[in-house]
Amino acid sequence: MTRVRALGAALQGAGTVFLLLALTFAAIAVVNPGFFEAPSVMAFLKQAAPLVVLAAGQYFVVVSGNFDLSVGALVGAQVVIAARLIDGVESRTVPVMLVMLAFGIGVGLVNGLITTVLKVQSFITTLGMLLVLYGAIRLWTGGAPTGDLSEAFRTPGRLGITGVPLIGQIPWALLIMLAVGAGAILLMRTRFGRILIASGDNELAARLSGARVDAVRTAAFVLSGISATIAGVLIGGFAGVSAQVGEGLEFTVITAVVLGGVALGGGRGTALAAMAGALAIEALFTLFNQMALPATLRPAVQGAIIIAAVAYAARRRLRPAPQPTAAPS
Amino acid sequence: MQTTRLALAAAAALGLLLATGCTTDTPTEPADDATTEGSSDEWFVQAEYDAQLAQRDIAPEGDPATPWLQAIEPEWVDTGEFTREGGDATVCFSNASVSNPWRVTGWITMQEQVKVLQEAGEIGEFRTSDAGDDDDQQISDIQAFVDSGECDALIISPSTTATLTPAVETACASGIPVIVFDRGVNTDCATTFIHPIGGYAYGADAAEFLVENLEPGSKVLALRILPGVDVLEHRWAAAQQIFGDSELEVLGDEFTGGDAAEIKNIVTQYLQRGDVDGIWMDAGDGAVAAVEAFEDAGKPYPVMAGEDELSFLRKWDETGMTAIAPVYSNFQWRTPVLAATMILRGEQVPAEWILPQEPITEADLDDYLARNADMPSLHYAKFGGEDLPGFPDAWRDR
Repeated sequence: MTRVRALGAALQGAGTVFLLLALTFAAIAVVNPGFFEAPSVMAFLKQAAPLVVLAAGQYFVVVSGNFDLSVGALVGAQVVIAARLIDGVESRTVPVMLVMLAFGIGVGLVNGLITTVLKVQSFITTLGMLLVLYGAIRLWTGGAPTGDLSEAFRTPGRLGITGVPLIGQIPWALLIMLAVGAGAILLMRTRFGRILIASGDNELAARLSGARVDAVRTAAFVLSGISATIAGVLIGGFAGVSAQVGEGLEFTVITAVVLGGVALGGGRGTALAAMAGALAIEALFTLFNQMALPATLRPAVQGAIIIAAVAYAARRRLRPAPQPTAAPS
Repeated sequence: MQTTRLALAAAAALGLLLATGCTTDTPTEPADDATTEGSSDEWFVQAEYDAQLAQRDIAPEGDPATPWLQAIEPEWVDTGEFTREGGDATVCFSNASVSNPWRVTGWITMQEQVKVLQEAGEIGEFRTSDAGDDDDQQISDIQAFVDSGECDALIISPSTTATLTPAVETACASGIPVIVFDRGVNTDCATTFIHPIGGYAYGADAAEFLVENLEPGSKVLALRILPGVDVLEHRWAAAQQIFGDSELEVLGDEFTGGDAAEIKNIVTQYLQRGDVDGIWMDAGDGAVAAVEAFEDAGKPYPVMAGEDELSFLRKWDETGMTAIAPVYSNFQWRTPVLAATMILRGEQVPAEWILPQEPITEADLDDYLARNADMPSLHYAKFGGEDLPGFPDAWRDR
């Protein structure tokens, strides 16, 4: 019993997302037992990877007390930039990826500096950035994307290590997702991570104790920009270029992070749970599809489940935490 | 305490999921039919459907080498009242948007055609506005053109049908010739309304091909961009008619927003549920992503209805799959400016200028690929600008 409590405390109310994930997978198993064969699980993880990577980036921003609404537009912009600059020429792949990385870092830096130095609320800063990116890309391309991605560019999002016994193919996207996830978790264990949480939890207290709140918050935006760049490479690689890439992703990813038990306003939640939130959302999409739920009904059901899950988590959090009993029983 | 509650909630949630699972699982067919038929009734007009399907077999008047000047069963109207001496006319164009590759391709073609007419001295100034898919913006764009009093002819590509109707009527009332093309409006006040045959014909071309090339009992997945847009709804309504009379099983119809990643996700998930033998699309955006989903899942290629976007035509050629590319004739973007100069010369034009709309089949695939060899992948094969002086640079270096 104490063990269960300890585990519960460790997850800081994030248990709901793992419960939701388990339930969703259980339901998928009931509807279509064949889903749990290795190839289709790998396909699922491959298509979920971009959202998980984005969730890791968004987590840094949200836990430090901000939002990044510009990630969807940034993902779209990155894919369009890549297609236009590469234009089907293989040798340009790596240079263009470096350009994209610089662009992602630049956008994150601008978001961060406007929010911390100019004191513009991040909601407005990044909403503005969303519109700026959307408009700039339309202006630059004349309305719709042009050019073509190279085969090499598409490899990380589409292909994998083939011929693995039992599994078949291990997607590169899965390995990238695991690497990003591990990186995010490790980063949160450093001094940087603790300052980040402290900034979101109680900004004033963090400042008074000498933490460089503005610096870590700006860094969080930069990390979000980098994650959007990686997600852009994965999504572009997965499906190629289209005008609508990235549309609405910002809301899906913020939902994922909140579903993972990360409090909007910051200061609470773990990177692992945020990424599990992204996985849970992708799992719900898969479940609806496996259930052949009419397309028109899906957003409503998805919304209801998310509200229910977050409300359930909030109820659990509001109840007083079980006091460790000192006296032996 | 905590664990009991957790268990209770878990049980309740699981029950809920299973309940929804069961109710939607067993009566899948009737439920699907009910929803889809509801939407098709709203958008399906039998007479219009019959007319469009018949128009596919009518030989258009005019030279087949210049399909943008051909017309199906035209009713010629006199435009003598608009005759204007002296050339160098100011032609104005209110564009709904250039927000998809189809419109971008057409817009380039139109500009190149205008250059030719400008050199010939027929058009002086070509004024344009882009409403960015915003009805209100387009209404004020049209009003501004009318108020300026400087347009000798006004071309309108409406963003939506009903909302733009009053603005088009205002333009007609100002006494200048008005040319409407692509999507229509609910008034026939325009001097000419230019459009290819239409959505029913498009959807039917695609659906008939699947019916002919698939065994009875085969499973078809329909991928749609979004609900509620008439040109797209007509395509799906026609397909439903044809699938309804066939022995094909429609697995589902999914909205993708035209997003390649979404398309690939959805197709991948359908393939996890079972085989898919055919794909019907209401527009070819992202068709390649759908094909790739089959490749990545290691499944045989489906029989496929895409569109004449080059990325799909090239994929079709590479894979040798059984496919068709229905066409919503992109060359229609040339016609309005030519019509404007005809009207200003006082020549007759068709009141409703119905352009031919023929799908690209296996037989003419190589021809269209060769003609568009230099073109980027988001270009439309039937753009009809090969004879314009700007070809190929204007379309290649967009």
